[in-house]
Amino acid sequence: MQRFYNNAPCRLTLVENIAMAEILAQVERLTRCYGEIRAVDEVSFTLRRGQALGFLGPNGAGKSTTMRMLAGVLAPDAGRIIIDSVDLLDQPAQAKRSLGYLPEQPLLYREMTVDEQLHYSARLHGLSRTASRQAAADIKERCGLTDVNRRLIGHLSKGYQQRIGIAQAVLHDPSVVVLDEPTVGLDPLQSHEICTLIRELSQDRGVILSSHRLSEVQAICTHVQIMRAGRLVYASSLADLEQQQQSTRLRIGLKMPPPLARLTQLPGVERVEALGEGRFRLHHAADAAPYQALVERASAENWGLWELAPEQVSLEQIFVSFILESEIAE
Amino acid sequence: MIVVITARELRNLFLSPLAWTLLAVVQGLLAWMFLLLVNDFRELQGRLASLDNAPGVTDLVAAPLFRVAAWVLLLLIPLLTMRLFSEERRTGTLDLLLSAPVTMSEIVLGKYLGILAFLLIVIALIALMPLSLALGATLDIGKLLAGILGLSLLTAAASAAGVYLSTLTTQPAVAAIATMGLLLALWMIDAASTAPGVTGNLFGYFSLRRHYDAFLLGLFDSTDLVYYLLFSTAFLGLTIRRLDDLRLRD
Repeated sequence: MQRFYNNAPCRLTLVENIAMAEILAQVERLTRCYGEIRAVDEVSFTLRRGQALGFLGPNGAGKSTTMRMLAGVLAPDAGRIIIDSVDLLDQPAQAKRSLGYLPEQPLLYREMTVDEQLHYSARLHGLSRTASRQAAADIKERCGLTDVNRRLIGHLSKGYQQRIGIAQAVLHDPSVVVLDEPTVGLDPLQSHEICTLIRELSQDRGVILSSHRLSEVQAICTHVQIMRAGRLVYASSLADLEQQQQSTRLRIGLKMPPPLARLTQLPGVERVEALGEGRFRLHHAADAAPYQALVERASAENWGLWELAPEQVSLEQIFVSFILESEIAE
Repeated sequence: MIVVITARELRNLFLSPLAWTLLAVVQGLLAWMFLLLVNDFRELQGRLASLDNAPGVTDLVAAPLFRVAAWVLLLLIPLLTMRLFSEERRTGTLDLLLSAPVTMSEIVLGKYLGILAFLLIVIALIALMPLSLALGATLDIGKLLAGILGLSLLTAAASAAGVYLSTLTTQPAVAAIATMGLLLALWMIDAASTAPGVTGNLFGYFSLRRHYDAFLLGLFDSTDLVYYLLFSTAFLGLTIRRLDDLRLRD
């Protein structure tokens, strides 16, 4: 918990450094068809060290397919995937060394114990016997799995299985981690713990994750991408997004509202929307929020100001508007 | 890397009751058969003594035992191989192997060798029975070894076929039935070898049984060895291709 809050300020500086950080994964015009349907259609993006890239999109948008191709489980029809400067399609074995993968269903054998599973996975990724034991011990500590060591995986709850899945994905210290809906099926506390863990992991690696909980993506990720019908329709860094959306809208509530034109005359205000019941949305220039003028005018002319708040656009609004826009565009 | 997969596969077999049950059933059935054969031999012994060039204990006990063992194993191998890929595909755990830095051939060979290692344990236990006769009789060790080699090769070939068929479906039972059908068909195809001309020869050549019988007679012919090796390699090759194809398809 402590760590979660401590990380916040240093993450901002991290975001600034990311632009220069080394490229860990590069995807170029990735395409994959299922029969007639283009599940993934010419998707390109890059992932740098320190980035956590959140994939958003409605069901069936092609997120999982993209991630499966990144993990080397599914072969693409066209395009290139470069992981840690090795081509995944040309030298799969070498590229997969720097890759950790958690699909929607964790890759676990129900009849094995937690220790056996982690050990097996580490050995599969080329760790020596002693190294894999050490790595398993470390990761169990980090994922809170130490007290279930010898339990059979099939007997553990979904939350534990998910944690084992994540532990397995990062066990061999990969530089690129692909997590498909890492927090699905977890209770709020567990998913908070997992988010903290992923955030920690992303500091010295590149993480790609998909999720349906937008607040989670906002909490973990440095970058977001929205997919729809196989295409990448939006990509931005979260810092940019916040900055650009934060300060251009103001929401006010007035008991005795003046005519709309009076509000439009306020300095810096570009446009006013009436929201009904005495509420208005003022659109203003990014660096000229008319707080002072508004308050002075409101008290001088007795408008009865009872609410004044900068309106932050949540990821959810962006998500919905992008999905709707691209639907209308078709 | 192959060793890691093989070790897990073998361990996994012994974690489930399947392997233990299989060992118990095979051992029980064959032990009973073995006792019957030893008994028959004891009764025949007096008459055999009067014959020149009489068949020995190896011919009268070990060879028939191995013949029955082959039958039993052909029926049970499909039950061992059926889960190899079909279940991993159904539960999705195959992706763990696919996303790990191992090649397709390593995955297939690792799993195959795991099954084979288990079957070699079964064969070793079967071979102990005729070997125990060495305490009181003179065995034809050469013939016995040829029999063991034959049984191992037959097992290796049958498992390879089973491994391939388990990649074709996500339902273990379907894989098992298909494997059983294929193996029995190849065993019985021998009956058609009486057909005249090339057809008969061809049927005879493809028969799993014809090549096995040669080993039981103590004949070590490289044709038979090559047959089994080709059979196994072909099916393992098909398995690798099939898995590569699956990565493209689903």
